[in-house]
Amino acid sequence: MTALAQQRRQGAPWLSPPSPWIRAVKAVVIGLIVITMLYPLVYVIAMSFAAPSQARAGVVFPTEFSLDAYRAIFNGGTVTQGLQNSLFITLTGTLLSLTATSMLAWGLARTRQVPGAKFVLVMILATMFFSAGIIPNFMLVKYLGLLDSTWSLIIPGLISAFNMIVIRNFFQGLPEELIEAARIDGAGEWRIFLQIVLPLSKPVLAVMGLFYAVGYWNTYFNALLYINDSEKWPIQVVLQQYVLAGVQIPGAVVSPDQPPPPGVTLQMAVIVLATVPILVVYPFLQRYFTSGVLTGAVKG
Amino acid sequence: MSVDTAARPETRTERASGPSAASKRKGTLRQRIWRERWTYTFIVPGALFFLVFAYVPMLGNIVAFQQYSPFRGFTGSPFVGFANFTVLLEDPAVLQALENTLVIAVLQLVFAFPAPIALALLLNSLLSERIKRLVQTVVYLPYFLSWVIVISVWQQVLGGGGLVAGLLDGWGVSGFDAMTNADTFKLLVVAQNIWKDCGWGTIIFFAAIAGIPNDRYEAAAIDGASGWQRTWHITLPALVPVATLLLILNIGSILTVGFEQLLLQQPMVGAEAAEVLDTFVYFRGVLGGQWGVATAAGLLKGVIGTILVLSANKIAKRLGGEGIY
Repeated sequence: MTALAQQRRQGAPWLSPPSPWIRAVKAVVIGLIVITMLYPLVYVIAMSFAAPSQARAGVVFPTEFSLDAYRAIFNGGTVTQGLQNSLFITLTGTLLSLTATSMLAWGLARTRQVPGAKFVLVMILATMFFSAGIIPNFMLVKYLGLLDSTWSLIIPGLISAFNMIVIRNFFQGLPEELIEAARIDGAGEWRIFLQIVLPLSKPVLAVMGLFYAVGYWNTYFNALLYINDSEKWPIQVVLQQYVLAGVQIPGAVVSPDQPPPPGVTLQMAVIVLATVPILVVYPFLQRYFTSGVLTGAVKG
Repeated sequence: MSVDTAARPETRTERASGPSAASKRKGTLRQRIWRERWTYTFIVPGALFFLVFAYVPMLGNIVAFQQYSPFRGFTGSPFVGFANFTVLLEDPAVLQALENTLVIAVLQLVFAFPAPIALALLLNSLLSERIKRLVQTVVYLPYFLSWVIVISVWQQVLGGGGLVAGLLDGWGVSGFDAMTNADTFKLLVVAQNIWKDCGWGTIIFFAAIAGIPNDRYEAAAIDGASGWQRTWHITLPALVPVATLLLILNIGSILTVGFEQLLLQQPMVGAEAAEVLDTFVYFRGVLGGQWGVATAAGLLKGVIGTILVLSANKIAKRLGGEGIY
């Protein structure tokens, strides 16, 4: 899409720049939008590093800094535990989801040749239009004995019908001659899948993997619903407890002879820790915004 | 792609006997199934997954017709017919939740729905590709943050004791707290939605804009159309099909408004302003123990929601759109 836009710009001698007035208004509007989007995040990050004297409401940007909030949090243990839990859920979940989703997508890629595949596909598509509801899902998880288990945050959402369709579309776009040639040469379905299809599908797998990962990292409600044991909470629930519900972080002190860091900086630091992994993968995600893979994914 | 040499002679003869694609579709059903036996190893696990986690829970809706108690289970709980639904429709809290849901949904349609279109047009009108890319990077980001993070951040900026409250305090205005004000809460919800999703929403419109042939702009420019006129008469009409489709789908999901977003804020704001249908089900059923009534509410909402989505899609198709299935 940008290539076209660029071409429009460069090869468009008839496009005269707008009047200075309009340009100024546009610059102001865009500036305001960027500030609205970015400043709250910058503020939270900055305040998490603020020295105690600066940690009060009304400071737009702190000038003295301290790492005490992070030291205290890592001493406390609950937040660290939450981060570890989330990391486990994200890594395991993404790996399992990608495996299960791409397997199913490959199995359903040739609906015409495989008896029954069409039926399964329709059955899966239909699930995009209804959901059993919160309580029946809760009962199923309970019945399966997954309550209070980390797996309850992975297994019920293992395959997203939408992601499966996106991957399936990509598989169907692979050069057919290549796959047909391998089949004629006697390669089995698994061999074709592992040695031809997957290596050719890295871009779509990367995007879907990142989407799954973001989803797992952001898991909140399922954890609230399924997990009572605070030792097993993912970071989002920990964050909700300490920042929104206002619970004190236990053991959050830098050292016994020092007063604990102000609550505000502690809260800010927890927000930052919950956000950092997203900020880390964001540039990788961003590579696909323009490549069109994502546009295809959004359009389905 | 190394190939077993042993397999080769066989496939040679097969190839000689005719085009393989055609011969593959021949044979009885049993032969076709046998031929694709390995393909089923890909399909069966996934199909079972959807059966267990999407279809089996539907059976759980039977609770909506029972006076369910977790100790007695499905089989031991007495059936009460439609009693749960009667309780539901006579409960003023349900009407309140329905009203809140609809008001928020309408506000979303009015404010949050057009926002990405406006933003896409604005960004598209930028001449500098680099600035455009930069702004896109910034506005897409909040989409990837969880609701817990978004609301925590908003709390720190707009909540009581937050940044704005502190600044206003310094100027003599005390007690500012936009996060718990029940009167303005619904607007706050919409503002949060715009902040989080507006940037991401532009992507689909950028795709539509990219599909506009260049020569249309050129011809219009040669005919003396100004930048505004080109936007109004060329770009905007090109966005109408996508926008119509999205609008219809939004109307189809009118009973679902940001669940986690409201769940997180309902305790801070109170049920009167912030209870929606989904949070009602959660608070009444999972926390309140009224399993039957809450499941009935969920089931009713689910059925009406599915009907709305399906009919919305039908309308979209009739209007010449593609629909989503």
